[in-house]
Amino acid sequence: MKASAFAYARATSVADALELLTAHGERAKVLSGGQSLLPAMNLRLIAPELIIDIGALTELRGVVVKEGVLTIGALTCHADLLKSPEIAAHAPLLTDAVAHVAHPAIRNRGTIGGSLAHADPASELPACMLTLGATIIARGPGGERRIAASGFFAGIYETALAPQELLVAVELPVPPKNSTHFFHEFARRQGDYAIVGLAAQAFVRDGRFTDLRLGFFAVGDRPLLARSAGKLVDVAITPAVLAEAASALNDELDPLEDHQATPAMRRHLAKILLARCVSSLLARPELRAGASA
Amino acid sequence: MTTARENSETLSALDRPNSYIGKTVPRPNLDRLMQGRGLYVSDIELPRMAHVVFLRSPHAHAKINGIDASTAKQMPGVIAVVSGSELSTVITPWVGVLSHLKGLKSAPQSAIAVDRVCWQGEAVAAVVASSRAQAEDAAELVSVEYEELDAVTDMRTALDPATAVIHASLGDNLAFERNHDAGAVDQAFAESDEVVEAEFVFGRHTGVTLEPRAVVADWNAAEARLTIYQGTQAPHMVQNIAALHLGLKESQVRVVCKDVGGSFGIKVHIYADEMATYALSKLLRRPIKFVADRVESFNTDIHARDHRCKGKIGVTRDGTITAFEIDDLTGIGPYSMYPRTSAIEANQVVNLVGGPYLTRNYRARARVVFQNKNVMCQYRAVGHPIACSVTEGLVDLAAMKIGMDPIEIRRRNLIADDAYPCASPSGLRFEQLSHHASLAKLIKMMGYDALRAEQTALRAKGIHRGIGIASFIEVTNPSAAFYGVGGAKISSQDGVAVRLDAQGSVICQTSITEQGQGSESLTAQIVGSVLGVSMDRVRVILGDTDITPYGGGTWASRGAGIGGEAALQATKVLRKNILDVAAAVLQSTPGDLDIVNNGVVNAADGTPRIDLSELARIVYFRPDTLPPGIQAEFMATRHFVPREYPFAFTNGVQASWLEVDTDTGFVKLLKHWVVEDCGTIINPQLVDEQIRGGVVQGLGAALFEKCVYDERGQLTNANMADYLVPMSGEMPDIDVGHVVSPTLESELGAKGAGEAGTAGAAAAVTNAVNDALRPFGAIITEIPLTPQVILTALGRI
Repeated sequence: MKASAFAYARATSVADALELLTAHGERAKVLSGGQSLLPAMNLRLIAPELIIDIGALTELRGVVVKEGVLTIGALTCHADLLKSPEIAAHAPLLTDAVAHVAHPAIRNRGTIGGSLAHADPASELPACMLTLGATIIARGPGGERRIAASGFFAGIYETALAPQELLVAVELPVPPKNSTHFFHEFARRQGDYAIVGLAAQAFVRDGRFTDLRLGFFAVGDRPLLARSAGKLVDVAITPAVLAEAASALNDELDPLEDHQATPAMRRHLAKILLARCVSSLLARPELRAGASA
Repeated sequence: MTTARENSETLSALDRPNSYIGKTVPRPNLDRLMQGRGLYVSDIELPRMAHVVFLRSPHAHAKINGIDASTAKQMPGVIAVVSGSELSTVITPWVGVLSHLKGLKSAPQSAIAVDRVCWQGEAVAAVVASSRAQAEDAAELVSVEYEELDAVTDMRTALDPATAVIHASLGDNLAFERNHDAGAVDQAFAESDEVVEAEFVFGRHTGVTLEPRAVVADWNAAEARLTIYQGTQAPHMVQNIAALHLGLKESQVRVVCKDVGGSFGIKVHIYADEMATYALSKLLRRPIKFVADRVESFNTDIHARDHRCKGKIGVTRDGTITAFEIDDLTGIGPYSMYPRTSAIEANQVVNLVGGPYLTRNYRARARVVFQNKNVMCQYRAVGHPIACSVTEGLVDLAAMKIGMDPIEIRRRNLIADDAYPCASPSGLRFEQLSHHASLAKLIKMMGYDALRAEQTALRAKGIHRGIGIASFIEVTNPSAAFYGVGGAKISSQDGVAVRLDAQGSVICQTSITEQGQGSESLTAQIVGSVLGVSMDRVRVILGDTDITPYGGGTWASRGAGIGGEAALQATKVLRKNILDVAAAVLQSTPGDLDIVNNGVVNAADGTPRIDLSELARIVYFRPDTLPPGIQAEFMATRHFVPREYPFAFTNGVQASWLEVDTDTGFVKLLKHWVVEDCGTIINPQLVDEQIRGGVVQGLGAALFEKCVYDERGQLTNANMADYLVPMSGEMPDIDVGHVVSPTLESELGAKGAGEAGTAGAAAAVTNAVNDALRPFGAIITEIPLTPQVILTALGRI
């Protein structure tokens, strides 16, 4: 398993990387942490002519909180996300999610920008971006472009990024105080891609959701911000309400078949996750089995 | 049961003052490996060495109408592109059959496919280049014209008249069938209060060694000699077969096996691509290296299991098991592997079902069929997991049917510990087993009654935990009955040469091999103990057919029991020889002397008399000072092979405690226990880790591992992301206990321990899952027990 021959360029600045991308476009691939790109190349599933290594662009690394916005550089690796006090304080959902991303060795190399640009529908971070209402910042020959996460993921390994664009950062609005979250995924083994996962952010007042954002992943060709969450907002949650939401969720899903699960199993597990999420966020254990009963 | 040894002379050999037997001591090779100074085949670089990459068939079954390598040959670094027919000028094909497996048939297999490919992954051409990357680049440009043929993929229809016959010359797709009928099965079922039937399904899986298969073949035309550097469990077998098919004498082939990164039975076979590598070296007259990458490992390392076994058990209301009956079907790929054959696993299933139990009524049929999938063959615990899962699954179903506790039904039916020697219904002879002592110990270790109470309490809260028990027997220390009697040139004997060098250090050459299980350590422990020297003085040399005695190697749980006994006997002779010379020098008698802590001492009071280094100095450098007529022989060689029993059976029992999330189908393993009886334990830590490692591989089969083929014979998960090996995060703590019944066939008394863990782990887990699901009335007899399987059984999806 050796990659086909390719040319290699180590970008010295974002401008340099953009120049290379402009010149080579689809024939080039950006190397960030390399945790998805290099296996694919070694398996000869892809054979880019040029690798643009952005690893030296330290300006793309780091986490900053300013005026209610959390900005994460594209080159920030998962391990740094995991131990970032800013993220733990302002986007704890992301901290929980990153703990499920593969294994420490991969988290040391893999980056948030790489994960989002790769857009594997079973990855944790794209769904978190939907849930947290992130804005993806891309730079291209024409300057900077801000893309809402909801419009960024376009299919399996497909995004709104143009071949000449470089994902440089993501911005997350800091969720209001007292906001709560839930993250869980079903995976065969710790660190595996999820069979179904859910990243949720909520605001609960007097036992009711006043806001609920449910970002499912591994339920289709891209992460899904479930509209059916709306059925649970501003109502008293009963098993019947939960069942109705689960039914609505079922209509939204378009799960794929793979080695781990049939579409039917993914639908089932998504409903289980919904019930467990609601039960956990409202601290009502009796709802845990609700939607599946 | 712990048996005291009666022979006092035996006691003295093992229980000497500085004995290492029964003690956990660090492996002598640990520092070398931990400091990165191991020498694996991939590390070997020779002058003029080239790399081979095999172009492999994308089709499960196809005619090769033409190969065009003209463009590939022009690529940078390319030395040769060789087809199957070109290679057939230097190497002959082989047929994987053994005469004692009556009726077993297979077709001639070539090192590289000629005219036709029979599984996805079979090599169709070899591309040899200066580097692996160059060879891979060139391989992409070799154009092969295939004509697809019907692929036989489903073992259930492989024998149907409508199904294509893979090898026309064989007439049908049946490789082997064995029928066995003992006692009065029909009458027993008729007289039973309950008869329970089930079909057990086992996923095809593979070994996934950390280091892939690797070989460097170096044909030296000047010497007319081939040196093969290979990670193999059986160097002398490789030597014999390479010579046979390359038209050489054994003396023209040297096999060197340095460090090996895991094997588990994967590396005990003769693979076509390895044979092709030897042949390429001869053809191209230069060293050739082949290292399988992970994708080709999945596509070409032998697969195992893949059985569908119908089982039937009869039981009376008092819990007496009256009979077992099985009908086993397995698909082995397009060829029976060479030279051990692919009928052994099914044969073992027939041998082992019902083995721990008293009933004499047993009927079995096993059929082995060809398919267009990767070859299947012996992998750790050959046949045992199938036999154990079927037997123990049936026993639990019978217990459930009559409302009896799983422990109680086993107590009533396991062969009594004082009933030996005796034989199983399939005719296997048992020397001494300890099922009841093992079960009693297990119950105590796991706190069975408390667990049952906990299970009941949690069930009320909607938490579904299960306990699964699995008794098992294990074939170890095989004699010639395994392969030799069937005509395979595989030694069942092993040899050890041990010598005292001039400064009192000890060199030991053994024919067993080391793949990580501690062969080197146990050999040094035995030599040090018997001789009376510290282990750091003992240097063990393995894995070189030019240097070590001739022997079988390490497989089928035989290294410690057979190679260990040879080491013991050789060292006893050396010890006697040393004491004879010491007595002459010291004007004493050998019987009054002993060797303790590297020196000769008075046997009676331990008074030091002469250091071994001083004695060796005299012997090697001043033999003129020895009394007349004394010729020191400070080197001794002994061989050992079991003769009385074809196999030294071991036994044991495993238990699993787990929780099933009935909403999601996920299983959480909470705890696993094993009690086993491998006779004399040489190094408790090595034995325990063998057991644990074996259990983990069994748990992998139970929950995770499966080679998924589609209906066209394509392996769809040939990578580490989709083929799930067991990982530490999902593994439970594994407690290991022992009962010790030494075999009396050897002075050492050691039986094998390498496969016990794998034998029973999946059975224990499956029984535990069914125990957990009991309130739901769901019974699952299929592994791996994936969430998909469990949810389906529960009717949730």
